[in-house]
Amino acid sequence: MSNSIINPQNLVYQKSSLILDNTMHYCPGCSHSTVHRIVAEVIEEMNMQEKTIGVAPVGCAVFIYNYIDVDFSESAHGRAPALATAIKRLNPDHLVFTYQGDGDLAAIGTGETIHACNRGENIAIIFINNGIYGMTGGQMAPTTLVGMKSSTCPNGRDVELNGYPLNITPLLAQLEGTCYVTRQSVHTANNVKKTKKAIRKAFENSMANKGTSVVEVVSTCNSGWKMTPVQANTWMEENMFPAYPLGDLKDK
Amino acid sequence: MLKGNEAIAHAAIRCGCDGYFGYPITPQSEIMETLMDLKPWESTGMVVLQAESEVASINMVFGGAATGKKVMTSSSSPGVSLMQEGISFACGADLPCLTVNVMRGGPGLGTIQPSQADYFQSVKGGGHGDYKLIVLAPNSVQEMADFVDLGFTLSFKYRVPALILSDGVIGQMMEKVILPPFKPRFTAKEIAEQTPWAAYGKPASRSQNVITSLELDPAKMEKKNIERQERLRIVEATEVRYDEYKCEDADYLIIAFGSAARISQKAVEILREEGIKVGLLRPITLWPFPTKVIAKYAEKVKSMLTVELNAGQMVEDVRLSVNGKVPVFHYGRMGGIVPNPEEIVDALKKQI
Repeated sequence: MSNSIINPQNLVYQKSSLILDNTMHYCPGCSHSTVHRIVAEVIEEMNMQEKTIGVAPVGCAVFIYNYIDVDFSESAHGRAPALATAIKRLNPDHLVFTYQGDGDLAAIGTGETIHACNRGENIAIIFINNGIYGMTGGQMAPTTLVGMKSSTCPNGRDVELNGYPLNITPLLAQLEGTCYVTRQSVHTANNVKKTKKAIRKAFENSMANKGTSVVEVVSTCNSGWKMTPVQANTWMEENMFPAYPLGDLKDK
Repeated sequence: MLKGNEAIAHAAIRCGCDGYFGYPITPQSEIMETLMDLKPWESTGMVVLQAESEVASINMVFGGAATGKKVMTSSSSPGVSLMQEGISFACGADLPCLTVNVMRGGPGLGTIQPSQADYFQSVKGGGHGDYKLIVLAPNSVQEMADFVDLGFTLSFKYRVPALILSDGVIGQMMEKVILPPFKPRFTAKEIAEQTPWAAYGKPASRSQNVITSLELDPAKMEKKNIERQERLRIVEATEVRYDEYKCEDADYLIIAFGSAARISQKAVEILREEGIKVGLLRPITLWPFPTKVIAKYAEKVKSMLTVELNAGQMVEDVRLSVNGKVPVFHYGRMGGIVPNPEEIVDALKKQI
């Protein structure tokens, strides 16, 4: 996108040069597009675009590499922290991050998540928690709330049958290997700013070899939740935030 | 004098391996233990990491390989089953890498004693999808040492993951070995040149590299698969390896790999002393399988006998190779039992 017609002093905003010009496949109202934009801006502001290797998840964001112009590897479902472990140890001067949903990080990938954090790998884990499996059509996630409906708990999550929502982030904060664990959101301009600061801190921590940083972004999935984007934001504030409160859980 | 497992570790360091990621399992834990003992991170900078599972190990290999590094893992049968997802993904992303399977008896938790019952898993694919691994079957400590560099070389040449298919006998036995000379690890420049497709960090001079096995457009996905199959045909045409022992005038052929081949060689000598003209054909690459040479012998011999530590796996590929021309028999032991040469002698005599 050319900015040659705009005088620098008049430029209010331009998209990061690391955002590729591919039409995003995300639903209108999805948090992914905002977080992608933040990640791209932070990499560019840190001038790390030539030394960044991202690890994509399985989930709606499986195509993150279509939108952010750095080198990426796909990962099998949940395995991203294992890939990132090797990538960072073999390329220690690179910025290495994973970008994962709730199924990736807290269901199938629980083992890889906990052990990468426990080893204190110098990586940043971005955890998009919207309490549902969007890509596969709206099934229950480990972070789905009690009573919340999904295609595999159509009568609402039942504790007897499915157990409690898995509050994994505090568990990760307890591990010695994590240096920074925080919960943010991107549903208001102010929260977008905070999330960007958090991701910047996470990336800087990993380049300073301080250990693992986990940035959870409590998010909406208005398609999976069967709401409008605005309704979803409100529902998130009223239901997700009490279960997954925003703020820093750890900051060494 | 080294154990087969120890030889793998020494050879890995010497061939310029960048990283080993593994999980303990009998009978191959010595591979990682030897690596830890030798501390290559102090000499060559090689990363050696004990992962939390075989699932994590193979995915660490995937990650490292995605960035153009020379990486490997090792395990034994039940652990290699856990790695099948990662192996399928590595094949789908055309990543060079090396896995070592020191087979033990199965299925399931099985036994810790040797077996060759993972032939199907290795050669026909234990993972999902259309793929092949380059499978090397050592029958000595020397070959355990030699096949690490060979496996990596072939893997990088064709972008096909390689597998060293060993067993508990070869992993644990001690023999004299000449270790390969030291090769330096790849430099960043070499990685950019020899694996330009790798995700090593996008310089301004090129567009982004994405390592993926995913392609949702069926037409494009078919093209990818066709190209992969064409590459595999080239491997089949050029990289078959086998050993012939007393086959020139043979009336009967024994076909065996790995430790079964070592025992069969003794059986051949016993039979020859009794005046029976037997030869041993030892496939070294189980994939690509030495189909052509077996078909050639099918024109000359009266029958063939495969000797395997399993219920009959490689025998199917021998039957495919002879295409009905001669009878093919199988002699196998299971449960970790290792046959003695006399059993093989008796088995062959039965088919005369």
